[in-house]
Amino acid sequence: MTLLTVTDLSVSFATNDGTVNAVNNLSFQMGAGDTLAIVGESGSGKSQTAFAIMGLLARNGSATGSVNFDGTEILNLSDSAMNKIRAREIAMIFQDPMTSLNPYMKVSHQMIEVLELHMGMSHREGLTEAIRMLDAVRIPDAANRIGNYPHEFSGGMRQRIMIAMALLCRPRLLIADEPTTALDVTVQDQIMTLLADIQEEFGSAMILITHDLGIVAGACDQTVVMYGGRIMEAGPTAELFATPGHPYTTGLISAIPRLDGDDEVLPTIPGEPPNMLGLPPGCPFNPRCALAREVCTQTMPAAEISGNRLRACHASLEEVA
Amino acid sequence: MSSFIIRRLLIAIPVLLILIVATFLLMYAAPGGPFTSERALPPEVMANIEAKYGLNQPLYVQIWKYVVGVVTQFDFGPSYIYKDQDVNDIIAQGFPVTLTYGFWSFVVAVVVGVSLGVTAAIRHNTWLDYLAVGVSVGAQVLPNFVMAPILVLIFTLWLGWLPGGGWQGGQWEFIIMPVIALSTSFMASIARITRSSMLEVLNANFIRTARAKGLPAHTVIWRHALKPTMLPVISYLGPAFVGMITGSVVIDIYFSTGGIGQFFVNSALNRDYGVMMGVTILTGALTVLFNLVVDVLYAWIDPRIRY
Repeated sequence: MTLLTVTDLSVSFATNDGTVNAVNNLSFQMGAGDTLAIVGESGSGKSQTAFAIMGLLARNGSATGSVNFDGTEILNLSDSAMNKIRAREIAMIFQDPMTSLNPYMKVSHQMIEVLELHMGMSHREGLTEAIRMLDAVRIPDAANRIGNYPHEFSGGMRQRIMIAMALLCRPRLLIADEPTTALDVTVQDQIMTLLADIQEEFGSAMILITHDLGIVAGACDQTVVMYGGRIMEAGPTAELFATPGHPYTTGLISAIPRLDGDDEVLPTIPGEPPNMLGLPPGCPFNPRCALAREVCTQTMPAAEISGNRLRACHASLEEVA
Repeated sequence: MSSFIIRRLLIAIPVLLILIVATFLLMYAAPGGPFTSERALPPEVMANIEAKYGLNQPLYVQIWKYVVGVVTQFDFGPSYIYKDQDVNDIIAQGFPVTLTYGFWSFVVAVVVGVSLGVTAAIRHNTWLDYLAVGVSVGAQVLPNFVMAPILVLIFTLWLGWLPGGGWQGGQWEFIIMPVIALSTSFMASIARITRSSMLEVLNANFIRTARAKGLPAHTVIWRHALKPTMLPVISYLGPAFVGMITGSVVIDIYFSTGGIGQFFVNSALNRDYGVMMGVTILTGALTVLFNLVVDVLYAWIDPRIRY
């Protein structure tokens, strides 16, 4: 059963230096309980995709296309209509747990207000439920610590609180925007394990937004690779890893640090992430691509679909492999 | 927290002592004295008067006697100009007046200023924002010595609604115009600080989190954004409150309210050492006190601040 269908989603921002097209004609689909990864470097448009779905774009941003959630069109819905969906149906976990929790409010208040608003609970019921949820994300001594302020927790604990807060209404879709980027490597692993467990327990679908292919491999069924606001490649994660169909995917995979190889130097993709204000014509990846040819600097390749995989590249599959 | 407050109050003692000595020295250095006038007094008369007030003694003796008087008997000495009153009388008479209209000015400035600033920020770049910014710039460029005559012109001379001056023990019709004249520029500053602070807070990540939780806009503003917005406003409010309750010479003179604002300026002009010292110490002590209040409020708002 399809839960979320994104069709031709484009996001642009009006800035003083001109219009920035952060996302161009993005389409993907996911079913209830599915996991989907959106992978890309900074500026690839992955976070703006999430904000567009949640209706949280900055004031100067606008979105076109369609986002269909369980049969309802939710793109550009009014704030009051969207507020019935936020947290209750679609919840979001943000990148930086240090700044994403309100430093001036106790954790208990920040959690209980969600339950009061969406579930009609009393303060007391909300407190019980919030503690239960903190237990579920394995915060030790939750009943006592819930009265603390965010700064009294470590980064990993704060991200657990964010996750617990997102789960309060048992949403059907969870969007995790770089949930581990701001954390230590050891903590990253704990959070990813927790997310996987939670997802299994609650049966939510999850969109995992990340630049780290390493954490995608174990966590997500489907992967969408974005660059410069466009889809480069999409398909089942395992197949994508086994036979990448795009030079950018190949580059990302080889840039995952491995402990079992003999390589002394970590391979990287040459060049820098694109400046969204001055994207090159044609395929945005062409200045950094080893397989780039003339046509790549002129036209964006059309998305080519074969089976359950999608790729947008002028080079043939054989060349990429 | 209480040890912090006690520590700060103890620090206030040397601060005020330094203030007293510095003011005393500055006054001493200024040419002239309370008894110099157009027509020079005979030297022996001058010597008698100076001996009566102790002005012929060495400077350090004068300072020492003054400080001892203040500390042990709360005696701020005589006025050198108003012969029948000492400084305590003058302050006891004038301070309640400025405290009254200053307090109401503060209330008006905070309520109007904060509402204006918040409105402007949440309606950023709309006509409401421009209107609020326009009003606050307008209020800023209208100093009270311009406001006061305009108010009198409108409400006293044209409409005849309010008395043009006086105090009458602080009945409300005598308070209104001083309050409006005094509060406008403070209100404008408060509105500007609130607006820019709110704009910054609204861009914070935790506000995005609050919106992602599905909270309606007014809850996001009131529950999540207002507290952090008030931090920079409060640090402005401490000194501003002192400035308001110690009055303004323009208000006192223009509306004949009899507050201490006019004594402050007159005492400096007349070299009325006693009144000048008294009012300076009062303002200094209030400043120290309200800076402490600001710091305590900071800690109350931001749980990360611990003293």
